[in-house]
Amino acid sequence: MLPIAARELRSLFLSPLAWTLLAILQLILAYLFLNQVQTFASLQPRLLALEQAPGLTEAIVPALFGNAGVILLLVTPLLTMRSICEERRNKTLPLLLSAPVSLTDIVLGKFLGVFGLLLLVVVLVTLMPLSLLAGGTLDFGKLFANVLALSLLVAAFTSAGLYMSCISPHPAVAALSAFGALMLLWLLGWSATLSDLPDGFLSQLSILRHFQNIQSGLLSTRDVGYFLVFCMGFLLLSIRHLSAGRLPG
Amino acid sequence: MTDLLAASRLSRYYGRHCAVKEVGFNLAAGQVMGLLGVNGAGKTTTLQMLTGNLAPSSGQIRINGFDLLKEPISAKRHLGYLPDTPPLYKELTVREFLGFCCQLHGLGKQASKQAIGCVIDRCGLAPVEKRLLANLSKGYQQRVGIAQAIVHNPEVIILDEPTVGLDPLQIREIRSLIRELGQQHSIVLSTHILAEVAESCSHVLIIHQGEMVLTDSVANITNRSGTGFLLVMTALPVDAAVLLAIPGVVSVEKLTDRQLKIQHALADNPSQRISEAITAAGWELKELTPLQPSIEDVFIRLTAGKAS
Repeated sequence: MLPIAARELRSLFLSPLAWTLLAILQLILAYLFLNQVQTFASLQPRLLALEQAPGLTEAIVPALFGNAGVILLLVTPLLTMRSICEERRNKTLPLLLSAPVSLTDIVLGKFLGVFGLLLLVVVLVTLMPLSLLAGGTLDFGKLFANVLALSLLVAAFTSAGLYMSCISPHPAVAALSAFGALMLLWLLGWSATLSDLPDGFLSQLSILRHFQNIQSGLLSTRDVGYFLVFCMGFLLLSIRHLSAGRLPG
Repeated sequence: MTDLLAASRLSRYYGRHCAVKEVGFNLAAGQVMGLLGVNGAGKTTTLQMLTGNLAPSSGQIRINGFDLLKEPISAKRHLGYLPDTPPLYKELTVREFLGFCCQLHGLGKQASKQAIGCVIDRCGLAPVEKRLLANLSKGYQQRVGIAQAIVHNPEVIILDEPTVGLDPLQIREIRSLIRELGQQHSIVLSTHILAEVAESCSHVLIIHQGEMVLTDSVANITNRSGTGFLLVMTALPVDAAVLLAIPGVVSVEKLTDRQLKIQHALADNPSQRISEAITAAGWELKELTPLQPSIEDVFIRLTAGKAS
């Protein structure tokens, strides 16, 4: 599993894709971050007058991580689109299938490779609020909740993208279907204002809602469980799909 | 001797279409088996089943004693496979790629280094070891494909058309490599070049329309008919009836006036008597060559006969 993950990550960095993505993400998020800091600085005198005013962390971090989440929603399908689809197109899959590794190893390896790159993005994003330590203090609990929320979010994006890459004949199709599926799941959170099924079933399915719950610093097993089940579900589907490709039908 | 590779009653259906039907064979160490068949006969499907890329609809495969379907990981440890398109990650260099293959097979760092050095030597990859796979010529890519199949020193090696796309010189090198590997390992190779089988294989399996039509050793096939052929060339026209009367001669086929193809019994080789008869008649013998009885004859007879 680890050799496959390492090769996947290496191949991502050998193509200009990973570098370009990291650079553009960092540029956009830095801009949004500075904007946020400036707004906070200009509002600070008025905030002082308030009782229970939001602190530095609360004013900046959730907004930054929320933006990062939206941008990664657009970007992750581009990273995952090639992982299995391209193996099939380049006919490299037999190499893995005839090696002493299980299908689970192959899928998990692919997942960990892309997830590793995205974790690097999370680290880079986290460095931004950490830079504020130079002139202020942070609520580390809240920061941790946001880092966890974003990590779980990218894990979910990666697993869904991987599955789409598994079933699509072409990387572009994989990217588009992964993007569509994730966007839909993201938007379900908005259905709260529309007519929903009983018990808010649709908004329970929404990624956004669970993401924001964790972001708020309220760690509940329901939200963390949602992401874990989401990831495992798509990884299992991927393994099943690879296995079905071998079976007579 | 235990069999390194044993397949029994392998079948594979695609929907209702039967691609391979009840193919089975055993292969011991030191045996090289050529899998022959026309296009679409089921060669590649058979090889994909042997390597775990396709699950058979029914049948059993054992590699070095491990059941491929029940203990796939242990079985695949002893397996090297070159598919019809070499599986190469084009963004890696030759050395990096072979390193990845070693890791996949769980070789340690020291063992990998040694194995890679050895295989680079064996496959003649030294001049290109630091180049990207994407920039290699087709011949070199094919060699890297063979290198990845043998780098972990597997007991069973399966090669799908290993010499396709190589130049004549490279073909000769690869064939001698296969012969060399075949001394300690079991090798299955598919091909539709019949000369390749005659040159590098000890056994032959002919598949036609998914069914096994023949499995035997190369030596048995060539001796199967019990007769051999001689090519005779003379300076003057020959009377075939005289030669046909010589004991041991089965038939005489006139290719031209001065050229004859003589079929004779292997048990009683009449070449000496033929040359004496020709000299005695004053036809001036120019050439008398034994013809290798070819697998081609057997192959054409079996596959063409079935088709009609």
